Formats: sequence, structure tokens, C-alpha cells
Amino acid sequence: MNHHAKDYILSHDLPRSAMDPAVMAKRDEKLHVAMIGLCGCWGCTLSFLDMDENLLRLLDRITITRSSFTDVKRIPRRAAIGFIEGGVANEENIETLVHYRENCDVLISVGACAVWGGVPAMRNLVPLEDCLREAYVDSPTRPLQQPPTIPYHEDIPKLTTKVYPLHEVVKIDYFIPGCPPDGQTIFKVLDDLVHGRDFSIPAHINRFD
Amino acid sequence: MNIESNKAAFSKEPREENLVTMLWDIQRRNGWISKADVRSLAAILNVSPLDIDETLSFYHFFRSKPSGRHQIYLCDSVIARMNGYDQVRAALERETNCCFGGLSADGLFGLEDTPCIGLSDQEPAMMIGDVVFTGLTPEAVSNIVAQLRAGKLPADIANPNGYDSGTLDYVDAMVVSRIRNQGPVFFKPMRDHHAVLQGVLARHPIEIIDEIAASKLRGRGGAGFPTGLKWRLAHEAEGGQKFIICNADEGEPGTFKDRCLLTRSPRDVLIGMVVAGFAVGARSGILYLRAEYWYLKDYLERHIGECREAGLLGDDILGSGFAFDIRIQMGAGAYICGDETALIESCEGKRGTPRVKPPYPIQSGYLGMPTVVNNVETFAIVSRIVEEGGRWYASMGTEKSSGTRLLSVSGDCARPGIYEIEWGMRLDEVLGMVGASRPMAVQVSGPSGECVSAAKDGGRVFCYSDLSCNGSLMIFDESRDLLGIIRHFMSFFVQESCGICTPCRSGCVDMLTKVDRVIGGKATKQDLEDCNAWGHLMRSTSRCGLGTTAAKPILTTMKSFPELYRDRLAVVDGPILASFDLEKALKGHEDAFRNLVKDNY
Amino acid sequence: MTAKLYIDGREICASEGDVLIDVAADYGIHIPSLCYMRGRPCLGTCRVCSVVVNGSIMPACTARIADGMVVEVAQPEVADMRRALVEANFSEGNHNCPSCEKSGRCELQAVAYEVEMVVSRFPYRFAERERDQTARHIFLERDRCIFCQRCVEFIRDIDTGHKIFAIHGRGTHARIDIDVVLADRMPPEQVREAADICPVGCIIEKGRGYNDPIGKRKFETRSIRDRVLEGDKK
Repeated sequence: MNHHAKDYILSHDLPRSAMDPAVMAKRDEKLHVAMIGLCGCWGCTLSFLDMDENLLRLLDRITITRSSFTDVKRIPRRAAIGFIEGGVANEENIETLVHYRENCDVLISVGACAVWGGVPAMRNLVPLEDCLREAYVDSPTRPLQQPPTIPYHEDIPKLTTKVYPLHEVVKIDYFIPGCPPDGQTIFKVLDDLVHGRDFSIPAHINRFD
Repeated sequence: MNIESNKAAFSKEPREENLVTMLWDIQRRNGWISKADVRSLAAILNVSPLDIDETLSFYHFFRSKPSGRHQIYLCDSVIARMNGYDQVRAALERETNCCFGGLSADGLFGLEDTPCIGLSDQEPAMMIGDVVFTGLTPEAVSNIVAQLRAGKLPADIANPNGYDSGTLDYVDAMVVSRIRNQGPVFFKPMRDHHAVLQGVLARHPIEIIDEIAASKLRGRGGAGFPTGLKWRLAHEAEGGQKFIICNADEGEPGTFKDRCLLTRSPRDVLIGMVVAGFAVGARSGILYLRAEYWYLKDYLERHIGECREAGLLGDDILGSGFAFDIRIQMGAGAYICGDETALIESCEGKRGTPRVKPPYPIQSGYLGMPTVVNNVETFAIVSRIVEEGGRWYASMGTEKSSGTRLLSVSGDCARPGIYEIEWGMRLDEVLGMVGASRPMAVQVSGPSGECVSAAKDGGRVFCYSDLSCNGSLMIFDESRDLLGIIRHFMSFFVQESCGICTPCRSGCVDMLTKVDRVIGGKATKQDLEDCNAWGHLMRSTSRCGLGTTAAKPILTTMKSFPELYRDRLAVVDGPILASFDLEKALKGHEDAFRNLVKDNY
Repeated sequence: MTAKLYIDGREICASEGDVLIDVAADYGIHIPSLCYMRGRPCLGTCRVCSVVVNGSIMPACTARIADGMVVEVAQPEVADMRRALVEANFSEGNHNCPSCEKSGRCELQAVAYEVEMVVSRFPYRFAERERDQTARHIFLERDRCIFCQRCVEFIRDIDTGHKIFAIHGRGTHARIDIDVVLADRMPPEQVREAADICPVGCIIEKGRGYNDPIGKRKFETRSIRDRVLEGDKK
């Protein structure tokens, strides 16, 4: 998307309220962790939250700069670890993914959609034109007596020709499969990385569904 | 086609029936094989129609859709492409009013591509039914098509003097046998096969095997298994019957030596098979002839018939009491059938799927019986070894690679054709001999072999421990697009993989994707590392020789011509991967929108 | 004759000529496979059981026990090859576990867990292979077929022995076909058997879907490793 006419403000451009300098300083020493969703159902993000009280054990070491609690689209400063759910299905997904790749030391694909395209990638078996026709032209719920409206506007992100796994677009360091993966699996990966252990998802917690 | 008429057609005696032969009979009668034919064959053979379809759909010359009255198969090989394939292809489409892959509106013509048809010294070439046309030009194509339109038969065009299809003149009218030198082993004129065989039958089979072992002959099909050892194992193997199979499925792109042997020295090959039969105790031989060589079938049948009349084949060969006969089994278009176990499956009328090994053919081959499969050239050599002695043969060549072998030379050289060389010759000597003036790359053993650099590898030696050539030698000069050639080879393997095992079925496609990435300037060092790793995976885990060698076009050129890849590597700037086509990814929505708007407003 | 062999350095005694993959399982060493079924002829199609035998790589389902054999299963390079072959199958077809009836009962999925696959290293192809729903009790989700040949070889018409399933075409253009006439004659238990021996969600029994909830399905209650080692024929 080209935001040439700047007559609007994006969430990450909004001024933020000042924090206690002591808290800020302490936070700066920690590993910054961020998570965002692209084309997915946000179920993996919920699994991220399912780490629950386990997270407390890590809070001395990490701070979460972006999650579903803070609905900004960009991360304010470089993060050590970025988790991304969802595949790449539109132009904005690519922009966000590139932003995360540029601003995360380690980038992790979380969930089936990020790992290989997942449910949204079922449209890869059908030409995009047919998808749009089915949804906006031949749709039984389309208002009659009106010409069909097919979304295509500079303010709306363009759909990509196909749905792509993240690692086909940028380099991805680790993968956590699952639809969604269990909170405990995400926690294990995070905990291992924070403590400098090798990435591993043993068979008994590995799930593709 | 009803069951009764098919039944009548297939109950002729004597004949060894199998499904591949039956499918050929139907197709040659009707031009194609219909669903009704499949059902009637299923009823005759007491199998399900799917079982018939499995075989039918495996071979690319079998057609389950109507053919043109003249079904034309144009050879699409890298050598053809170097010699005017594109122009000939365009001329064919223009003159026949037909697109490749389809039929002309009048139903007169059908056009298809087909991989190497064993005529690399006279490309471009095409097959129309059993008939081949070589050295094609656009003018020749318009001439041929005009004559076909006028109602002439392909055979009459290719063979204007009307020679009988069983004669050498008929074969020579279509195809030139360019035998460029006379060596000690092959193409000896006026041989007394009668005396040779008499000498063999007077000895004990074990003595014959010892003789072959003493010659240190190794199989000429490519794998180089010691022939004497193979025969000894087959001799010792237990089985009610044993079989000898001559592998004349000369499918490796670039090779045509077997075609020349079968044309110029068919008796050497047939006698070699009899010798093998005598040595291992087999009574039956099968000559598996690739469908591309159908124009040799009548000629070979005539030789087999004459051998029978002369007592060299049959129930009581030369009064010795030894019985051995040979039948011809036609292939139907499948490179994989060059693999000996796939070939055996095909002889049994099945899909040409390589078998799980063990057991090996010498234990359980054709019909589950001990079977020796050797190459055409191996049998021809055998007929000379039993004449001149194993030590005579072993005295030629090198210590570990005895004797001589035939090379089929094609590509950029002054004198393409067949050469007999002694093992131990250097690559640059061979290149000089064939008149390669500015060679850049030499493809040794076809796509499944090795691509070497003429500049760096000239000192390498033809022998089993270095360049263990299977007979195919294609020369490319500096004007050639080597990456394009590699791509062609990889897509050949994609087409020809039988698909029975994961690494080959899947790997060939993935490797082709990588070549395309290199050609498109979108590859990175990681892609080259992947090629090495994935190639190694295919080599290590595939079921047969096709899969284990299919990555070699890439792997061997990465070694001989690393700059070819290095110079094409993508310059990466920014986080988006070089292989990701951003433009293509973002274009789909706009295209779809415009088409929908066009249709709906 | 008894032979002595070594698997990953462990000394093992077995009968000469026995199948390596079985012997390994008897000694608690799991070698994954997608086509091999104990007690039935070796198909040798998936190659996922590749191991190092006396220095060269070969599938454990075709390797026969010989005295002095040295076998490496855990060696990292060959372990990675096994994983690569599983991954290749995931890329070739459409293995969308979240939308697949076979999830939790699927050998491809279970084996993928065992080899700790998280993603395929090969590009996902999103294969388009038409599904076939013409048979009365079975439908074929062809884009999940991995060409293991189990159904082709082991599921035959009870009266005639004819093939009910067969492969059409070859290589990357191949597809699995079903003979509808024969398929419609299959008794319910044979339909169930066909669906069960299919190592993926290609042969699907109509009317049978997600009858076990997530967490209670076959390979979720006991891993494929445990099942194989405990003698369950899969």
C-alpha cells in the first residue's frame, strides 16, 4: 500500500504516554519479544496467551512489546524474538512481515498458516479470480438489484495471487506447527531460546492440528 | 471391439502373450485403445479394467484417446534442439494445421514430442508409426506432410524403392549407420557364426563361463557388473526354467550404438544370447526392443527366422541337443524400462516399475525364474570372446577395464557416429578423433552420467574407475546454453520417473525448480547447497538407477562448471528472499479484478 | 541360522534372512515407515525406513539380516534423510491436518511427529488432483495419496482377487484410481480395512468422520513408535 496521502494516523504513529524512567531502564535490559498475526484466525495468538502463569517465570528475562494486548502494527524497537502467526495472503501481510524480519533477531513461524499456508491456503487450489467471483459476484448473500462490488481500492491491501508460507517470503529461523500449537509448546520454544538451549519440539508435544 | 474379436485375435499359437503386446495389437489395428478395449482385455485376462489401465497409462506410446491417422512423434532431445528442432516443430504445426499434444481438425494428423529416439547423429528426427525420418528440415517436413496428405503411406515416403521391411535396405533407407572406425571387436564382416556356436556347444557350460570371466568383461549397460560372475550366479541358481534377456531398450539420451549393432551385426547379438543360454542353462531368450526401434523389428525377426532355419536357434541347435529360442518383446515408451527389473516387469506385460531388490534377477527374474539381463553390446562382445578367447579380450583395454567399447558420439563435432575405443583412452584423444574443434562440455553417459569440462578434464580416462561411459557421448561447444541443457535433462527425468518411490518422484520436480531458479537469476548460495543435499538424498535413497542418478545433470555441472551457477546468483538486498516473486504475487488481484469487471459490467 | 549384528552399536542376535525393520522393532528400535506392514510383502516405496547398513544407505524393509551386519539408525545424516523423505510427502500433496478426517489416525502425521518434522524443506506444491467420490462407501482424496501401494497390493476383490485400487499414469502425473464396481461390492469390514491401511487421508470411508475427539485419536493415545514396538501391525 502506498500511503501517499497522509490524512490519517496509523496506530503505531500515535504518541505514547511516558513511562517511569526506572521501569523503562529495567525493561531495556530484558529480551524484547513480539507477536503478531498475518492471515490466520488469531488462534495461535490465543495459544501464545495460553502460556499463562508460565510466562511469569520468564518475566525477569523478557518483556513483550507487542501482542494482542497492544494493537500496534509495528514494533517500537528491535526485538530479540518475533512470533508470527498466519500466512501471507495480502500486501499488508508482506509489509508487516518485512518489518518484523528487519526488526527481530530471531523470527518464528507459529501455526499451520505461517508454516505452510494452512486453511487460507486452501484457496491456492482455485484461481484468485474464481475466489473473488464466488465471494462477490455469485455469492448467494449478495444484495440483489445492485451490481456486484469487487473490492479493489488503494486503501485496501491487494490480495496476493496465492497464499504463501512465511519462509517463502523472508527467512524464518524456527517453526512451531499446530493449528494452533499448544501454549506449552510455544512456551517451551521461548524458554529454550531465552535460556540459550537448542530449539526442539519433541514428538509428544508436536501437533499439526 | 468386442470380447470375441479380441479373443480371436489373441488366441493365435504359438505366441507368448502379454498385456503390452496385446495393447500394441489393438492400437496398431485401431490407432488407439478405447475404454471398451480395456474392458474386453480385462475379461480375457481375468483381471479388473483398472489393472489394464495401470499398464496402458504407464507407457507414453499407448494412447487412450483417438490418434491422428498419422500420429507423429518428434524427437525432443538436446541434440535435436541443437540441430533445428524448433524450426522443424514449427513447420510441423504449420503444415499439419495441428498443435503439439493435439489432433488436426480433419483427424489426419496428431503431433507429440518424444524423448531421444536413438538417432542423435541424424537429428532432427521423427517417427510416424513404425517409420522414422531423419535429418529433418522445414522443407523436408512440408514435403513429407504434402505426400501424406496426398494419401501416401509413411513407409512409402521413407522407403521410396519399396524394399521389404525385413531387409537391411529397408532399414538403411530410413536411418544411416555411421560407423566411423573398425576396431578389433565389433562389426566384423563375414563372420562364421555357425563355427563359433559349434565351438561353444562342444565345451562345458562352466568352461564358457570361465572364458567370459577370464575376459574380465563387464556389462555394457552402464552398471558394469562382471558378466562372468552374473552368469555363474545364474548358472548356480535353482529354478525350473531360466531366461536370457537382451536389453535393447536403448533409452539413454544420446546413445545409438545398440541400434547400429542390431542393424549391422544382429547375428553377433543373437549368437551372444545363445551362448549365454547355453552357459547358464536357459532355453528361452527375449530381445526387449524399444518401441522407437520398431523399424528394426521385421529385420530382426527375419534374422531370428534365418538362424532357426540354419539350426543356430531352435530345439536342437546344431545337433547338440541344446534348445534355445528368442522372441522379440516390444517396449512402449518408458526410459525406466532400461532398468533390468523394470524391463522384466515390462516383459511380463506390466508397468515398468523397478522391483524391490533383493531378490536380484539372477535369483528371481522373469516369471520369478533366474534371469540374465545383458545389454546388446555385451552379447555382441560375448560372441567375439568365445571366438577369440577370454585372454585375447582381456589383453585389450586396461587392467580393470578390459577390452573395447562403443561410443555413440553426437553434438558439436565434425564426425558424429559410432566409434570403437579401447578402454584407457583419454577424453581429449576421443575429442580429437571425432573432430570436436571447440568443445566446452562433454556429457558422458547421457543425462544420468557426468558432464565434464573439455578444458579441465581432457586428461581423464575412459575406464570403469574414471569415465565409466555407458556409450553416450554428447559434445557441447562454447556457443551452447549449458543451463538450458541441464534444464532439459531434468525435465526428462521428471517425465520419465516412474513415481514408485518418494525421493525420485518428488526430488526430480524439486531439482527442476532449482534449475529454473538459477536460470531466472533468483538462486542464492542456499539453493546451491540445497541442490547438493537433495541430490545426495536422491542418490542415497531412491529405488533404482533412475532416481540415484537423476540429480547428476546439476551435481556434475556444479562441479565442472561452478562459474555457471556462481555468475547467476541473485544479488540479495533487503529481507525479501530472492526466490520470492513479489511482482507476480501482487499482480493476481489486479488481473482478477479487471477480468471480473470486464465480465460483469 | 542365527546371525549376530549391531544396531547403533548394540549387539543383537536374529535369524539370517529376517527383515531388518522387524528385527529392530523386536529389540525396541523404532525405524519409521509409511509403506511397510509387518508380515506382508515389502513394498519399498516410501523409503522412509532408510538406514545405514555396512556403510551404505538402504531401506530397512528390504535389508535382510546377515551375520556381522553393522546397522546405524540414529546416525544424524541418515536420520535427517528419513525426515526429508517425510517432508517430501508433505510438500507433494495437500496435507492439511486441521481439515483432514484422518488427523490423529494418520500414519504420515504420526511418523512426521516421530521424526520431529516441523516444516517441509521442499516447496509446498498445492497439488491439484481431482477427488473421486463415485464409489458408494469410499471417497478418494487424491491430493493426499503418497503412492505407497498398500491399497493396490493388499486390498483385492474377495471373490476374484482383482485389483480394486490401481495407479494411473506415472511419476508426478500419477494418480490413484478405484474400480467402482468392485469397490461397491466390498463388505463393510473391507472398506474399513482399506481406509485403515491407507497411511494418509486418501481412502476415506464415507459416513465416518471425526468419531474420536482430538486427544483421543489413535496416535494421540499411543504414539506410532509405541504401537510398532508393541507389535501392533499399525
